[in-house]
Amino acid sequence: MSKKQHYKLTVNGTETKLLAEPRELLIYTLRERLNITGPHIGCETSHCGACTVTIDGKSVKACTMFVAQADGKDVTTIEGLGSPDALHPLQEAFREHHGLQCGYCTPGMITRAAKLLEENPNPTEEEIRFGMAGNLCRCTGYQNIVKSIQAAAVEMNAAKEAAQ
Amino acid sequence: MIPASFEYYRPKDMGAVIALLEEHGDDARVMAGGHSLIPMMKLRMADIPHLIDLQDVAGLGGIEVTDDTIRIGAMITQAELIDHAGLAQAAPILREAALQIADPQVRYMGTVGGNVANGDPGNDMPGLMQCLDATFSLIGSEGERDVAARDFYEAAYMTAREDEEVLTAVTFPRPNGGHAYEKQKRKIGDYATAAAAVQITKEGGTCASAAIAMTNLSDTPIFSEAASGALVGTSVDAAAVKSAVAAMLDDIDPAEDNRGPIAFKTHVAGIILTRAIERAWSRA
Repeated sequence: MSKKQHYKLTVNGTETKLLAEPRELLIYTLRERLNITGPHIGCETSHCGACTVTIDGKSVKACTMFVAQADGKDVTTIEGLGSPDALHPLQEAFREHHGLQCGYCTPGMITRAAKLLEENPNPTEEEIRFGMAGNLCRCTGYQNIVKSIQAAAVEMNAAKEAAQ
Repeated sequence: MIPASFEYYRPKDMGAVIALLEEHGDDARVMAGGHSLIPMMKLRMADIPHLIDLQDVAGLGGIEVTDDTIRIGAMITQAELIDHAGLAQAAPILREAALQIADPQVRYMGTVGGNVANGDPGNDMPGLMQCLDATFSLIGSEGERDVAARDFYEAAYMTAREDEEVLTAVTFPRPNGGHAYEKQKRKIGDYATAAAAVQITKEGGTCASAAIAMTNLSDTPIFSEAASGALVGTSVDAAAVKSAVAAMLDDIDPAEDNRGPIAFKTHVAGIILTRAIERAWSRA
């Protein structure tokens, strides 16, 4: 066993210090050490995207990053996007448009979609499907996920315009 | 999944990286984005007692586009490559290929340097770099040296890079004419069943030059000089494309695996190259 090291991460705006072996995968740090259980473990082999989080402005599969690599970084999970009392427009849209059934892929889907809409606020259906290609869903057939993201885009753009 | 334990280093300069590689020899490895290495470590197919993360090492970034040369730092990610407008204009085949690599999350982390240095026959950039006649810059304790992409790959995961060397950049002449990167894969995120990189120049109605390289059809990428030669001087009609495909099929050596038997891979390689040549020619 290699020695435990001190790491410092900012998770959903809160600076967090922890002691861990460098080999610990970030998804375990989040779920088991910090009790942030929104990001899920699906395939654990970099395919399914259920563990997607945002790290320094990049969508990353948290099962494919060591905690040591994330030292000093800014991490956002689904918990940092909205809360039960104040849903993120994407969460609202997924609920409204049946963008989920079992819900297992949903935190990863929404975290990835938030980044996608940040980079491209008016995506076409094709751009959504291409931009969401790293996230798998075994329930919906994706159509309602695409619809949800389109609806959230309209909502978020309207809110932006109203704020100006 | 829990990989074997390792000591982790995040040096800030290349001197420190090389010192660690010299100290630990075979027990040390550098990691760029980690999206090939980490999955192997998780499966315990790779055991790296000393892991050197390159993310903070100065001087490994940057995309430079001049009138005749393009240089890409090893730590440039596929996402950065895709988003670079100057590069998309100067060498559009790179963007076309990078968009077919893995998925968005992986492209944020996966780097050009990792893709070419890893030596995995499934990686897309090695064949592409052979098509573009790129040069790889390596640095080690004995200084810097350049190796042509077309001479770099020896066997699966075996390259001209010595264990204590680090690949720092790829450089290639600014390409001319038409291009295509055509890839057949089973699903998003998969490696190619077959992929072809093609650059063609046209003078009058005739092919003046061609470069053809194939991916995942041997234990190294295959730059097919014979296939390229079969197009030069022709009007790239059906007969010329057919002879280029025949020449390419002579050069590849696919193995049967979960992407299919040899006969299927040969069939797909022919179709993929035909499409790539036609598309590149239409853009030349």
